[in-house]
Amino acid sequence: MATSLQPDKGAAVIDAPSGAPRDPGHRDPSGWRSRLYRIDLKATPYVYVAPFFLVFAAFGLFPLLYTGWLSLQKVELGGEAEWRGLDNYSRLVESDFFWNALANTFTIGVISTVPQLLMALGLAHLLNYRIRGRGFYRVAILAPYATSIAAAALVFAQLFNTDYGMINQLLGYVGIDPVNWETEKWPAQIAISTIVTWRWTGYNALIYLAAMQAVPNDLYEAAALDGASRFRQFISITIPSIKPTILFTIVVSTIGATQLFGEPLIFGGSLGIGGGSGNQYQTLSLLMYEKGWVTGALGQASAIAWVMLLLLLAIGLVQRLLSRSNAQKKNGAARS
Amino acid sequence: MSHVLNRTAAPAASATTGGRRRRLGQKAGRQHHGGPLTYALLVFAAVVSLFPLYWNLVAASHTGERVVQAPSPLLPGRELFNNLSIAWNQVDMGEALINTTIVAGAVATSTVLFATLAGFAFAKLRFKGRNVLLAIVVATMTVPPQLSVIPLYQLITEFGWVNQLQSVILPSLVAAFGVFFMRQYLLEALPVELIEAARMDGAHSLRIIWHVVFPIARPAMAVLGMLIFVQAWNDFFWPFIALTPDGAPTLQVALAGLGSGNHTVNHAIVLTGAFIATVPLLLVFALLGKHIVGGITSGAVKS
Repeated sequence: MATSLQPDKGAAVIDAPSGAPRDPGHRDPSGWRSRLYRIDLKATPYVYVAPFFLVFAAFGLFPLLYTGWLSLQKVELGGEAEWRGLDNYSRLVESDFFWNALANTFTIGVISTVPQLLMALGLAHLLNYRIRGRGFYRVAILAPYATSIAAAALVFAQLFNTDYGMINQLLGYVGIDPVNWETEKWPAQIAISTIVTWRWTGYNALIYLAAMQAVPNDLYEAAALDGASRFRQFISITIPSIKPTILFTIVVSTIGATQLFGEPLIFGGSLGIGGGSGNQYQTLSLLMYEKGWVTGALGQASAIAWVMLLLLLAIGLVQRLLSRSNAQKKNGAARS
Repeated sequence: MSHVLNRTAAPAASATTGGRRRRLGQKAGRQHHGGPLTYALLVFAAVVSLFPLYWNLVAASHTGERVVQAPSPLLPGRELFNNLSIAWNQVDMGEALINTTIVAGAVATSTVLFATLAGFAFAKLRFKGRNVLLAIVVATMTVPPQLSVIPLYQLITEFGWVNQLQSVILPSLVAAFGVFFMRQYLLEALPVELIEAARMDGAHSLRIIWHVVFPIARPAMAVLGMLIFVQAWNDFFWPFIALTPDGAPTLQVALAGLGSGNHTVNHAIVLTGAFIATVPLLLVFALLGKHIVGGITSGAVKS
């Protein structure tokens, strides 16, 4: 008896502080093991999520804050930083280049996002029918997503070439004079938006399709009994049902549009960093790159980066307010 | 594989569209057959999607002079292999292809591993601060890379890591999208009883990961791996800053270098470069497109 009690006693001491219940019939040196087991149980979740947070802290959060600090300095690469307070920001506000880039980011964002999401909605609706070869259409409209920004922009730069591009040739067949897609402001912005739209429409269509397939069938059946046309059903059942998904894609596309960089850069060729000969399609990201890596003014580039962050926060806030007021409207309608 | 993926569609849909529609019939809303107009529009969409890729091949198979001549070539020419060998040897697309494969392979492998561990913890383990940490993970998805590149560039300059592949691999070792993706999958696919049973048998955490979590997560891990591989392959902004076309470029950086050459540049060679950068991914899509489509619609997150 005595020998068999010995390990139990030891185990009791180890267990005592936490007071966990112990199986008295268990005679193994289970004390250490159960303690290890509890540490294992408590600590492992943190061990598992640690890599993400370490990587984010090192390459996301710290640089983000440091960028904010740099935006208050005058600093060149490898040089000493010099405190300037909000100078970089007030210089931005006074700079025509900044307002031009902000306006371009906004207009290209609208031209590339609105038609893209509308077409994706239509495509998803079509794919939601019973059709032959659905797998083929899905993979086909997703192929642009597999194409890189650089490759897509290089191909489209050729298609949009003013002198020999295929798009001006096609326009010529229907009697439209060649459009100056590179040097004129709006044509250039439309061309760049076309690259974005081409790459992302199929992707968004598939996201909408997944949401549409989760809409319960009986809603449609009830509407059909009420004599609602298919178009009517699309407007008053499909759209409201997938609204959260639509909001989600709007947010994601807006975030993407705010950072637009590669498409205008490569579309512009040797003039890309400036956003064309007259900065007609220079976006905020391009201006930031130009300030930081061409001019070498890292403080000013940092200020532009932080303006982008503030913009995104503002967009997020607006989106939140909108969805809240929408929800209130719905409640109001239900009550009345 | 696809039947397993269908299961992920449920939690993803509920995450983005609210819980009430969870697990309703997959066929809902598909009751009507498509008419001729439906097919006409779908064929049009497929042509618009595929034509630029086809024309990329056409342009890569002609001489530089032919590509810039007014009725544009519409059928493949005979110069493809000649162009390929010029692009491969003179512009070093071969080296860029190897670099890109290394970067995308390393990033995809480590993201899948770390995202599965974190996704498992968020989906199935209880710990203090879980919800707050998960909210942080999701919030980080909205922070654009523009906010980190300036300090990171200073850092890699200091370390002498400009044009070293680790400078583009390390920041991408694990991504919030992957963590969220794996959590959504494991939430549904992994029964708690299985973990409890393994614990009863005295399995420690590493054994549970290896013998329970990984086998069940495998289909989603494969899809996530492909998605991250595509993303890393096509990543542009940070590689463009950290690597230079004459140093150790990825394909995207090399293409940017090709495209910004002066106007005497040979456009057939430029587009051959684009072709080399695109074809490997198109092959992957042609072979595994269905699974990638399933992964995208279940993750429903673009990053």
